[in-house]
Amino acid sequence: MRRPLAARYRIDCERISMTRHIADKTAAEGFWLTRQYNRLTLRQRRTLMGYVFIAPFILGFLFWWLGPAAVAGYLTFHKWNFLAAPKFVGMANFSKMFGDPILAQSLKVTIVFSAISVPLGLVFAFFLANLINAKFRFIAIFRTIYFLPSIVPAVANAILWAWLFNTEFGLINYVIRFLGGPKIGWLQDPSWVMVAFVILTVWGVGGSMIIFLAGLQGIPQIFYEAAEIDGAGRWQRLLYVTLPMMSPIIFFNLVIGFINSFQVFVSALLITNGGPQRATLFLVLHIWRTAFSSQKMGYAAVLSWLLFAILMLLSFLVFRYIGSRVYYENPGD
Amino acid sequence: MGFSERTANYIESRRRPTSYGDMLFHWLTVFLLVFFAVVMITPFIWLLSSSLKTQINIFQYPPQLIPDPIVPENYVYALTYKPFGTYFRNTIIVAGLNVVAVVFTSSFCAYGFARMRFPGRDFWFGIVMATLFLPYAVLLVPSFIVFSRLGWVDTFLPLVVPPFFGGGAFNIFLMRQFFRTIPEEIADAARIDGCSEFGVYWRVMLPLSKPALITIGIFTFLFAWNDLIGPITYLRSPDNFTIAVGLASFRSQTDISWDLQLAASSAVTLPVIVLFFFAQRYFIQGVVMTGLKG
Repeated sequence: MRRPLAARYRIDCERISMTRHIADKTAAEGFWLTRQYNRLTLRQRRTLMGYVFIAPFILGFLFWWLGPAAVAGYLTFHKWNFLAAPKFVGMANFSKMFGDPILAQSLKVTIVFSAISVPLGLVFAFFLANLINAKFRFIAIFRTIYFLPSIVPAVANAILWAWLFNTEFGLINYVIRFLGGPKIGWLQDPSWVMVAFVILTVWGVGGSMIIFLAGLQGIPQIFYEAAEIDGAGRWQRLLYVTLPMMSPIIFFNLVIGFINSFQVFVSALLITNGGPQRATLFLVLHIWRTAFSSQKMGYAAVLSWLLFAILMLLSFLVFRYIGSRVYYENPGD
Repeated sequence: MGFSERTANYIESRRRPTSYGDMLFHWLTVFLLVFFAVVMITPFIWLLSSSLKTQINIFQYPPQLIPDPIVPENYVYALTYKPFGTYFRNTIIVAGLNVVAVVFTSSFCAYGFARMRFPGRDFWFGIVMATLFLPYAVLLVPSFIVFSRLGWVDTFLPLVVPPFFGGGAFNIFLMRQFFRTIPEEIADAARIDGCSEFGVYWRVMLPLSKPALITIGIFTFLFAWNDLIGPITYLRSPDNFTIAVGLASFRSQTDISWDLQLAASSAVTLPVIVLFFFAQRYFIQGVVMTGLKG
């Protein structure tokens, strides 16, 4: 049988006063740290706790971001090959940057790849998302199949595509020749190799496709019905309902796509090793080789700063000129 | 045309049997769905098929789809040609520590960003977001210099220690978004019962965030399993190689034939695909959460 309310209430009161008593005691006699903590106002305690919670990130930011950035800043003015002590060379690393034909080539490769693969990947992912948004019985199977390429380990992916693009025995050339086309030197011809890289990138757009799909499913059906009542056809519904409603997600995928396109490394290293004739010498591969094959740490630090500057500039341009056109249904949410 | 007239037209059009245009659209969609499914799946089938061929059959023209004879021994040769057992052990150590680090520290930091109010919080969250948009590649060379000064080159430390400091901006962001969907009243109830702020995090928030934690755990594991640029930069002796580095070293040796390379590749891909089929829900959820709740 439950105790009467009054009895229960009294016990609770006793318990509270006991806890308070213990707290007061620790405050008076406890460790120095406890005493200091109890002296703080509520607001100060909250601030302290907040910083305790985010402390791992702050420390990590100092150790693994600011620290390395400072080291890179120091090394930009030095010549260092790991063995001897860093030697001060002033602005030599910077002036070297402007007369470096290999750097110019790797910048060209990276920018051309980015300019082609990002818009193409975006359109393709959007298209696929619209396809798998259809209502069919087995649509879940199609969603799985379309997403699968984007989880293949990068190294296995590189080996697989090197084999698919093989000039003599690759499946792709087999299909092209079967259809009556020429034999294409995908990985030997400097102008075709870029096409090959774009194809293998577009094959793996599953991630942004799923993001688009979630966005499509988040558009209230009522907008489509309203448009249909107003006599909008399929194309107009896409243009005047889907695209405006999806613009934040399109923008997100665009930014992520640009950042990813500047980081091509594994496929460039393993499929073509930067060749043929440096046609796939992407910027990150060039930085990596400058640092770890040529041991020019100072110059590699300058190139890292260059990559940083390019990405900042690109983000700025994208946010400035495209971000302002994005439509937000709930601003400030 | 007045409002009621247009509505009437719309209702009329709904009542009509499906028009030819709609039927054409339907079958076009089906055709494109199947076509692209074939395009997406063919490389996998080709990988599997080629990895089971003899060295002679793999260079046959026109190529066979179903190998004759089927040579599963390729997998045994490929996986014993290099010490994949050691690589596997190393990868599990690195990936396991990464998962533990990310699951606990990113949720810990995210709790501070999601649920505490204190001056400077938004500034630091701005920094989290800034690091989100800066790729790993920018810091590759500078961090290498720092780690080589610490004497950490050719150990797992550069790969497993940094995740313990916040677990990456991406994961903090994801956990913060998830925490914000949990009603604050639950935490208040715990506080009234005498729970400290750590207790609220540990006893209330973590148990309620299991789906999000599993999601970031899976993504972290997958990233560590697939990552090449980190391990190839820091690990020098073959005893320390992870699976990705071991597989990449196949490419640099010209004496390894295509059938073995492909068998090893498909053996490395298989666990990822199995994981995907068991945890499909979390994969999709993870991708969606990163993209939407900005």
